[in-house]
Amino acid sequence: MSLEHILKVENLVMHFGGIKALNDVTFNIKRGSVSALIGPNGAGKTTVFNCLTGFYKATGGDITLSAQNKETSVIKVLGEPFQATDFLSPFAFFRRLKYKMFGGSHLVNRAGLSRTFQNIRLFKEMSVVENLLVAQHMRANRSMLAGVLNTKSYQKSEEEALDRVFYWLGVVDLVDSANRLAGELSYGQQRRLEIARAMCTNPEIICLDEPAAGLNPSETEALTKMIRVLRDEHNTTVLLIEHDMGMVMDISDYIVVLDHGEVIAKGGPEDIRSNPKVIAAYLGAEEGEEVTL
Amino acid sequence: MDIVLQQLVNGLTLGSVYGLIAIGYTMVYGIIGMINFAHGDVYMVSAYITAIAIALLTFFGIESFPIIIIGTLFLTVAVTGAYGWVIERIAYRPLRNSSRLSVLISAIGMSLILQNYVQLSQGANQQGVPTLLSGALRFNVGDGFVQITYMKIFIIVASLIGMGVLTYIIQKTKLGRMCRATQQDRKMASILGINTDRIISIVFVIGATMAALAGVLITLDYGAFDFYVGFIIGIKAFTAAVLGGIGSLPGAMLGGLVLGLSEALFAGLISSDYKDVFSFSLLVLILIIRPSGLLGKPEVEKV
Amino acid sequence: MSATAGINYKKSVIDALVAGFMALIVFGPIVGVVLDGYSFNAEFGKVAWMVAVVVIGRFAISCFFQTEKGIAMAFRHANNDEGVAVRLPDHKSKLLWVVPLVIAIGLLVPFIASKYVLTVIILGLIYVLLGLGLNIVVGLAGLLDLGFVGFYAIGAYGLALGYENLGLGFWSMLPIAALIAAMAGAILGFPVLRMHGDYLAIVTLGFGEIIRLILTNWTSLTHGPNGISAPLPTFFGLEFKRRSRDGETFHEFFNIPYDSAYKYMFIYLVLFAVVWAVLFIKHRLVKMPIGRAWEALREDEIACRSLGLNHVLVKLSAFMIGASTAGLAGVFFATYQGFVNPSSFTFFESALILAIVVLGGMGSTLGVVIAAFCLTVLPELLREFAEYRVLMFGILMVVMMIWKPRGIVRVTRTGFAARKGVVK
Repeated sequence: MSLEHILKVENLVMHFGGIKALNDVTFNIKRGSVSALIGPNGAGKTTVFNCLTGFYKATGGDITLSAQNKETSVIKVLGEPFQATDFLSPFAFFRRLKYKMFGGSHLVNRAGLSRTFQNIRLFKEMSVVENLLVAQHMRANRSMLAGVLNTKSYQKSEEEALDRVFYWLGVVDLVDSANRLAGELSYGQQRRLEIARAMCTNPEIICLDEPAAGLNPSETEALTKMIRVLRDEHNTTVLLIEHDMGMVMDISDYIVVLDHGEVIAKGGPEDIRSNPKVIAAYLGAEEGEEVTL
Repeated sequence: MDIVLQQLVNGLTLGSVYGLIAIGYTMVYGIIGMINFAHGDVYMVSAYITAIAIALLTFFGIESFPIIIIGTLFLTVAVTGAYGWVIERIAYRPLRNSSRLSVLISAIGMSLILQNYVQLSQGANQQGVPTLLSGALRFNVGDGFVQITYMKIFIIVASLIGMGVLTYIIQKTKLGRMCRATQQDRKMASILGINTDRIISIVFVIGATMAALAGVLITLDYGAFDFYVGFIIGIKAFTAAVLGGIGSLPGAMLGGLVLGLSEALFAGLISSDYKDVFSFSLLVLILIIRPSGLLGKPEVEKV
Repeated sequence: MSATAGINYKKSVIDALVAGFMALIVFGPIVGVVLDGYSFNAEFGKVAWMVAVVVIGRFAISCFFQTEKGIAMAFRHANNDEGVAVRLPDHKSKLLWVVPLVIAIGLLVPFIASKYVLTVIILGLIYVLLGLGLNIVVGLAGLLDLGFVGFYAIGAYGLALGYENLGLGFWSMLPIAALIAAMAGAILGFPVLRMHGDYLAIVTLGFGEIIRLILTNWTSLTHGPNGISAPLPTFFGLEFKRRSRDGETFHEFFNIPYDSAYKYMFIYLVLFAVVWAVLFIKHRLVKMPIGRAWEALREDEIACRSLGLNHVLVKLSAFMIGASTAGLAGVFFATYQGFVNPSSFTFFESALILAIVVLGGMGSTLGVVIAAFCLTVLPELLREFAEYRVLMFGILMVVMMIWKPRGIVRVTRTGFAARKGVVK
């Protein structure tokens, strides 16, 4: 259990067939920081995200999430193939079998990491409130009997869920749209709703995949403020992929730059801004040429 | 020993026919990503058309075997191809942008329509065709013997030719290239000027013609059929397509052979009452152990 | 796209001719040449009729979609705007008074209706139960289950076999059959539900067929195609027979003359109560976390996983609840018929249940109840069209999916009043 780093990525490798999408990616994310993952198109940023959040099973390497007072190996909870040694120890065998049968990306979320998607994935034909209620599924009173009989404890749990829903709707400024269908919202509203939905799962770290894409400057500014609120008021670590350099430089404490599936630089915004490798990767310029970001 | 050999021969013929029908499933799945539930019934229609063609040709006094067989093949393939086109036009094209569930239900509806339509027009009774090609090769094996009818040889040869022609079309012609392009990326293909709606229609027609070939061959061999035959053989051919790796053309052929052989062996050695149960269980088993099939590529989820 | 351009008749004529040509090829052999042994009877008149209908129909449709109204309709369809609506937070249904009325009428039915009408209504209610079960699976969770009849068969044979082999009666088998059906659903669903939805459709299709094959072939247990008799329910131990071997019968106890309608009345009343119970449970389920999770999974599985929902288990719960409802319906079917055989559990039965859900609307309870009665009671009344039944179901499914994929009844969602949010 590392107190300093909430997320440790070590030697992450990801192959699709013969294509090496990620090659030996290593970085750590500090607890309580806002960090950004940047890089040119096709650098492998979203692939890193999908590995972190358990949607892709990494080919190699380790991802360790230190949240909720325990360490979770993201790769292990996805279910690994059986090893020869498993057949000697029934305990190891059953644990692996358990993850093989019941494991998956949902366990990553339950371990305290939530995410949004590059192309928004809302429940379009459900109302805004329902979108946020679904996100609280793991916290709700899921007993079938209590729900059918509408017991006191069930009602209390539903009331609390609704309280949280309207709190988060307030944060993302969507209270007026509470009873609209998620699919009817404007693009910017949908982006905000997705962040609120991710936060409703009560994560310790939230991964935002291009949250500012398609937003106008004032919306981007509001988003920047919101991300600060997440960090400062909710102690949530934020990791984001973003192309808007102004925003990245503005809010990030730490930046990891990817190119061709490899980490070419990491550090604070100032270091990155002046790093010749980064400039070269972005602008295709020769190293040493005078270019500023 | 002779039973095993005999069942291998039977399985080979059965398997090549499964392979032909599986091609229809696998190509349609490859191009629009869904199961054409009406495909088994297309096969059923082709069985009826085979009998009708034979009846018509004999009515016009044609008796030479090659002419009957070629005429029947031609008529059946043409008419069944038209069925493939019409099915796509009615049950699939209007739903191009609908949810998967809608398309599946529409396909089930089409399957019911075909079955009941044939039943209403042709009656619910079993129909048959006369034996056109009789005789067999016999080999003595130990105490028993193995018998290969000429019809079975004809089935294997005709299936191989059918698959060969199809492979040629898909791999070497411009049409095949357009089909493969549409399969890989429909949007991009249409940007490059391919009429993807037409390509999808053509894929349905190709699938239907392969089912028609299978229909002619099986009908000539078994002789009897009814309006319900498409159901079971449809599920089996689908199993074959999954076994080989859905979306993969050689996979469908291979899957058909593997399924045909294993089913024939099961029927010969264990129980013929439960051979359908065996095939369905095999389907579930493949889906658990190796959903991408023998030759298919594992699906990478788009997140 | 203004309608003032008028109708391009040339285009319509070409459309109609192409459709007519295809109709000729398609209908020609199958309709026109009716096999009769190895020869045939020509029925070209029928083909001419059908082709004429297609040509005229295609022409009319082609013209219609060039008129102002047609263009508007096509536009509406393309934009799919008649979808779901969210109710106001303080919405009170104006139809709530109907519920006690329906219950009152429902309770009176057995004492007014003739025996025949009562049997038809019982059948209708059994299909309501099946429709509700499948509606949870297909309508809410978005899983296409084509082997629903398999679970129905498990329920029906459960009662018959439980009675024959273990001496269990209607009342003990009712919950047991529901449990067995749910277990069968779990065993079938667990491996398949983690995969693409289409695979589930074909695997369940195969499952329904396997159940039927086993029932037909395992003659030592099920007596094969000959079928097996099923017991009647008992009224606190009293039997509804003319004479009882052990114990009293219903009419002896109450000292009334024997009437075979009593058993149907009793089955009806029990079934009526069970249907209301299922309706109530479903009504609650859609508002509960599990119901919301089903619908969310139908909308976007990947998003659900990113929110910590175990997609396999959530789907499995819908699948199992649907299966257990079918098991209940099967028990009622067996006791109502007094006899079960494999021919009651063909794929057509699954198709009928699916047609009920499709017509009634995915996820709409009221729609399913109405559709179940329409599709089971109407064919009873229109016997002469019985052979067109399946054809009608097929056409219904295709047309509904193209025209109104959500069903006839509009789906509404609960609204929530705004409040001050708190986070703990």
